[in-house]
Amino acid sequence: MLMEQQLRQNKEGIMDISNFINLITFVFLVALGYFAGTIAEKNHYKSIREREKKFLNMPAVTIRKLEDESKIESTNFVSGSVVVSVDYFKRILAALRNIMGGEVISYETLLDRGRREAVLRMKESAFGADMIVNMRLETSTISGKANRKAVGTVEVIAYGTAIKMKR
Amino acid sequence: MTEDENAEVVEFSDLGVILTNIETVPGKTITKHFGLVSGSTVRAKHIGRDIAASFKNIVGGELKGYTELLQESRKQAIIRMVQQAKELGANAIVNIRFSTSSITQGAAELYAYGTAVKAE
Repeated sequence: MLMEQQLRQNKEGIMDISNFINLITFVFLVALGYFAGTIAEKNHYKSIREREKKFLNMPAVTIRKLEDESKIESTNFVSGSVVVSVDYFKRILAALRNIMGGEVISYETLLDRGRREAVLRMKESAFGADMIVNMRLETSTISGKANRKAVGTVEVIAYGTAIKMKR
Repeated sequence: MTEDENAEVVEFSDLGVILTNIETVPGKTITKHFGLVSGSTVRAKHIGRDIAASFKNIVGGELKGYTELLQESRKQAIIRMVQQAKELGANAIVNIRFSTSSITQGAAELYAYGTAVKAE
C-alpha cells in the first residue's frame, strides 16, 4: 500500500516536471520567434526598400502587348522565387486569430515580403533590361505537413519577359 | 537571341530556344505552331535540409534550402519542356506558364508549359 502511494507520488512529480519543461520550451520558442522574427523582418523590409529604390527605373508591368515592337532589341524570360515562413510567435497569433476571425496581419506581412522579394529577384536576374512585361505572380504553399491546414510557409514565384529597347 | 547579352541575363537563354511569356516573339514573326509543350518534375528535399527548414520555421524568414530546391527543379522542368520543343523542330516557346503543387511532405511538383512555335 505504502509503496504504491509513493510510486504514484513519484509519477506525479515526474509529470509535473515534464509539464514544466514543456511550458518552458513553449515560452522559449515563442520568445525566440518574437525577437528573432521581428528583427529579421525589420532587416528584410529595410533591404527590400533599398533594392526597390535601385530598380525604380525598371518597371514590371502586367500588360501583354507592346505598342511598338520594332524598338525592341532583345527579349528574355526571367524569373525569381523565394520561400518564406512565419515565426513561431506569429503562427500562434494567427492560430488565435482563427478562433475569432478577421484580418490576419501576421500572414499579410509574410506574403507582402515574399512577393516583393520575388519581384526583386526577378528584376535582379533581368539585369540590364529596360522593363519586364507580362509579369505573373504565383503563390503556392509548401507545407511541412500536407494534411494540415495551417501552414505558414509559402513559395512565391514571379516571372515575366524582360525587354531591352534599342537605343 | 543576340550574342552580346549580359551573362547575368542569360538564365534560360543558353538552352538554344527563345523563351517568352508574351504571345509573340518581338522582332520576329511566327510562321508555324507546334502546339502545347510541357515539362514537369517532382522533387523532394533530403531529410537534413528538411530538419534545417523546420528549425528555421521557429524564427521565420526565408528557407534557403527550399528556395534552391524549387529553383533547380523549375530549371529542370524548363529544360524538359525545351527538349520537347526541340524534338518538334520549334525554335521558340511563347506564352510560358508555371504551376506548382505540393504533393507530400517536403515534395513539390513543378510544371512548366507553353506553346512551341517557329519564329523567323
